[in-house]
Amino acid sequence: MKTSEFAADALPPLSAGAERGRGRRAPGALVRSLRTGAPVLPFLIYVFLGLGIPALVIVDLAFRTKAGQFTMANVHAITSGGQYLAGFETSLKLAFVASVIPGVLGTLLAYAISTSRHETLKRLVASASGVLANFGGVNLAFMFVATIGAGAGVVTSWLARVGFNPWDHGFNLYKLSGVALVYMYFQVPLMMLVVTPALHGLRPAWREAAENLGASTWYYWRYVGIPVILPSVIASMFLLFGFGFSAYATAEALTGGSIALTPIQIGAFLNGNVIAGQENVGYALGLGMIVLLLISVTGYAFLQRRSSRWLR
Amino acid sequence: MAALATTEGLFDFDEPLATAAPSGGRRRRIRWGRGAILTLAAAYFLLPMYAALKFSLQDINGHFSLSPVAAIPSQPGLGSAFFLSLRLATVTMVLTMLLMVPTVIYVHLKLPRFRRVMDVITIMPIVIPPIVLILGVLHVAPLWLKSSPYLLSLVYVILAMPFVYRSLDAGLGALDVKTLVEASRSLGAGWIATMWRVIVPNLRAALLSASVLTLALVLGEFTMASLDLWETLPVWIVDFDQTNAHISTAVAMLSLIATWLLLTLIVSLDRSHSRRHRRNRAS
Amino acid sequence: MTLTQQAATIATPLGALNAGAPVTLDRLVRTFGSTRALDGLSLDIAPGEFIALLGPSGCGKTTALRVLAGFEQPDSGRVLVRGSDVSSVPAQHRDMGMVFQSYSLFPNMNARDNVAFGLQLRRQRSAVRKSRAGELLELVGLSEHALKFPHQLSGGQQQRVALARALAIEPQVLLLDEPLSALDAKVRAELRDQIRELQRRLNITTVFVTHDQEEALSMADRVCVMNQGRAEQVATPPVLYAQPSTAFVAEFVGVSSRVGVERDHAGVTVLGQSARVRGGEAAVPAGPLDALLRPEDVTATVARDGLGVVLHRSFLGASTRLEVGIGGSTIKVDVRSVDSEDFELGTRVELALSARDVLVTERRPVV
Repeated sequence: MKTSEFAADALPPLSAGAERGRGRRAPGALVRSLRTGAPVLPFLIYVFLGLGIPALVIVDLAFRTKAGQFTMANVHAITSGGQYLAGFETSLKLAFVASVIPGVLGTLLAYAISTSRHETLKRLVASASGVLANFGGVNLAFMFVATIGAGAGVVTSWLARVGFNPWDHGFNLYKLSGVALVYMYFQVPLMMLVVTPALHGLRPAWREAAENLGASTWYYWRYVGIPVILPSVIASMFLLFGFGFSAYATAEALTGGSIALTPIQIGAFLNGNVIAGQENVGYALGLGMIVLLLISVTGYAFLQRRSSRWLR
Repeated sequence: MAALATTEGLFDFDEPLATAAPSGGRRRRIRWGRGAILTLAAAYFLLPMYAALKFSLQDINGHFSLSPVAAIPSQPGLGSAFFLSLRLATVTMVLTMLLMVPTVIYVHLKLPRFRRVMDVITIMPIVIPPIVLILGVLHVAPLWLKSSPYLLSLVYVILAMPFVYRSLDAGLGALDVKTLVEASRSLGAGWIATMWRVIVPNLRAALLSASVLTLALVLGEFTMASLDLWETLPVWIVDFDQTNAHISTAVAMLSLIATWLLLTLIVSLDRSHSRRHRRNRAS
Repeated sequence: MTLTQQAATIATPLGALNAGAPVTLDRLVRTFGSTRALDGLSLDIAPGEFIALLGPSGCGKTTALRVLAGFEQPDSGRVLVRGSDVSSVPAQHRDMGMVFQSYSLFPNMNARDNVAFGLQLRRQRSAVRKSRAGELLELVGLSEHALKFPHQLSGGQQQRVALARALAIEPQVLLLDEPLSALDAKVRAELRDQIRELQRRLNITTVFVTHDQEEALSMADRVCVMNQGRAEQVATPPVLYAQPSTAFVAEFVGVSSRVGVERDHAGVTVLGQSARVRGGEAAVPAGPLDALLRPEDVTATVARDGLGVVLHRSFLGASTRLEVGIGGSTIKVDVRSVDSEDFELGTRVELALSARDVLVTERRPVV
């Protein structure tokens, strides 16, 4: 890596010791790399304080009783079956559905928008994605209740006029499928935001070269287009998975705690609904979430590295 | 939940993605397919908004009325909740910019290898979801900090990190920062002047959209604020649902639409600005 | 081994069967918004010919190539290959191989699979594909890199793979869209020769777009100089250089100087001498005239009472280019570098015309 010429004028000259021989060079180089890295320190410190320490605290408390003694009981409580394990299972199922489906739909939508010629549409959708990806919680839940709630939902009443009631056919907004449906409202915009730069990286020259060599549109996508963006798409889905897994407010608002989801169970602990002797199980649940999410982030990082090589 | 990338230049391609001109029949089929997808998506996203808007324009008896909207300014607690949220948002934005901008610029200039590390670090806030994070924070924070609402701001900086970083990273990536800095330095400008007068103005769009998204995040963040027992706007909305859901829904929709319009405005202004530059640069 | 030697070692000359398709562009018109990219361009290309489309940016040369390839539809006019009209045939089915300016290799495939892409499409068996791809990679000198991915190859190597890929389908016409402009000078020069030798060996009709006249003049059988969507002149490089038919060509190709002239009995008076006009009386436009002189058309001799003054010198190697101010114009003259000591700045010189005739054009008003 080339060192910028200006790195030199920001540093004091190397210590005289570095000139004296091989053995003396090491401390000079170390000092120099510390100095080069120094400006990044405030950021690292902040992240450590704001993220690292709370995380470590949670990990620590997961292994302690309320009194502070070391124990494996909390971890045991969540891994030995029962509601907590069921909670993880349901949460993972929900996160999976709420990442794969919005992942595919978000990619298709992002592509459809970007190939459109209406500038205004592009702009509106771009800003809508940013805003909606942050949307959620009670407001979102309420919007859907107002739309297809069993009682006076807008769409429900429209469908009623045609004599069709989705609720009679197994649809339930307050069960897992309903929650997944609501989750798409922020997952799809999120996917669009994350995947569009990858679509950006699809060079027109590839499309034209393929066509020139005789490929049909389908052939191009099958052998060039999709393989090239697939790592990015999957990486983005890992991200969506993380979000879907950690979402709390929306699920809480919709289900009121009736479905066993890990974030909701953690929320119960925060609200003081604890059984004596299990006060710190909430922290163990948090630890469990962190572990699972670390796995999904690793998947994301790995795939992103691969795709960035191709899409440069 | 936070957006991860800048919306600036999101769908802005210099060349359309599909440059080849398909023959008549296929073109029609493609247009039909795209229209279908867009219509379905529009329905999914716009219907709930319509439902909420309809609800917010109804009085207690369910008839159409502008009274909920008219009553907004006079609701107890709304003003203070809104301004609290604004203050939190401002503090968050300022802190985030002070922390991230110099760091990201420095990394782009001197530590390009570190970019990958930063990419991973800034993804971390997702690994620790808000619900879990607030657990840890409340346990560790000193009492004087806990008694101030700005503890939330400090944590919001962390939540905003993923997309602020990406926004700045993308914005800087589009500039040739090294050359700009070297040009500026060779003309005699010091580091601060270079940052302030050369780099930051070129990052204006990225900075603005990152700020608006931070605003959206703060205005929408409910979990941590409620568990930390501060009445920010989202918390107020939920609380007020018990009293008059029409009004609180009206407030929620208002804040959503306002943020959306603000962001669209910024995106439009910047795009016309940068397109002029791009046209001038192209030979 | 040069490419020709490599090509000679391969048993079946690739593309020999499909070689030499005659191509005709017939009055092509293409407008983008308010710009006329192509303004009635017509061109006949002989089978197996290497023709360069040369011109400044915006002259329409890339548009012409894209229309030929099928990526753009002309507003009017036709494209004929082997006499049949292919204007309505989509790009996929035109059987032309194209090499793009840069980064056109599929990033998810290695070099060999990139080259074999067209063959895979045409459902060739895997063994056949591998061996053809291997032959072609050998032809462009990249056999050891067959399994490398595009991001592992240099710019020059990528373009050679792109060339092999285009040739793999044995196209009727080979199209090259400024393939060398993204490469650095040394690589560009090497690749230039290699492309030309390859083309000669395979005898494929080739259309090469460039804005670099050195490239065009050194590689092509004929050069089509384009300006504002039209062909200004189509001729072999020597003819183009020595006998430019319009002022634009004279000034775009090679170096020329403008000097005001007056009509006389033989033609025009240039530098105090009478000279014939190139193209005869018919080529003389009405109104005031300028002559366009090449540096080698003029000789300079040191003369104490000469009318010219040396204003500027550029050392070009074997020759030195002088800029001589004379009678309100500046004329470029080349002298041998060994003699150049005599021509210091400020030296008074006498200029004489050494060409047999001169190209004249309408006088350009002095701005």
